[in-house]
Amino acid sequence: MPIDWINGLIGGIMIGTAAAMYLLMSGKVMGASGILGGIIDRTHKKPGNENLIFISGLILFPAFFNFLGVLSSSVTAETYLSGNFILVIIAGLLVGSGTRLAGGCTSGHGVCGISRLSVRGILATLIYILFGILTVVIFKYFTGLN
Amino acid sequence: MHKIIALISGGLFGIGLYISQMTNTRKVQGWLDIFGDWDPTLTFVMGGAIIPMFFAWKIINKREKTFTGCAIPPRISREINQPLIIGSVLFGVGWGLAGLCPGPAIASLSFGESNGVIFLIAMISGMFFISKVLKI
Repeated sequence: MPIDWINGLIGGIMIGTAAAMYLLMSGKVMGASGILGGIIDRTHKKPGNENLIFISGLILFPAFFNFLGVLSSSVTAETYLSGNFILVIIAGLLVGSGTRLAGGCTSGHGVCGISRLSVRGILATLIYILFGILTVVIFKYFTGLN
Repeated sequence: MHKIIALISGGLFGIGLYISQMTNTRKVQGWLDIFGDWDPTLTFVMGGAIIPMFFAWKIINKREKTFTGCAIPPRISREINQPLIIGSVLFGVGWGLAGLCPGPAIASLSFGESNGVIFLIAMISGMFFISKVLKI
């Protein structure tokens, strides 16, 4: 539906603006997996590292926005994440280990890498999109879900 | 100063993910399902996000410091190595299975869904395994 595309474009520009601000002011690449990984590695204890605050904003602002209830009916606070715990755990392990190995995810390699014309970012993005497509197509074929 | 920037950047990122519905796994899986009832939304999200960042890189590449006097990111790496490729394959499979990537997985904690928390714990465990157990 076109309203979804417009919401997508507006949301996308907000994501890009957030990343641009983080780069132009703090000199950092806004990658969700890298920022979370920095907390796991405890590099957030170093002065000048605001990873925990970034993650807090990432959680609190959408919650506040949701609380205000200003969004149109086409925007839902539902994730529709699978109820199959085994699948959710396997997917989570793959996303965590994969993004850590690759050194980035959709925000770091995708948004920040492609816009920088980084060969690593573009290649990583092509690979995870290809394997994402294969997974969805094969999974749908075997489970018959639509 | 940098604490405020981190809070606003993270917050804007989260609201952007919410409005663009990247927190909705059906939108993401619908985009990956190219042979089914394809949902083009993610194309607009990616395109919208790349535009401001394209100009941000142009600006920062002409400077020696950021606007607040911080060091700018190191020069671009061109090294294509095994971890990059294997990691992207694993991430792609997990992304397709659940329809969540790290940013939306964290942002969707806002909605207080229990299996979202399970996904996040598994994701953090995966990161921990690579960096602390395998020490890659």
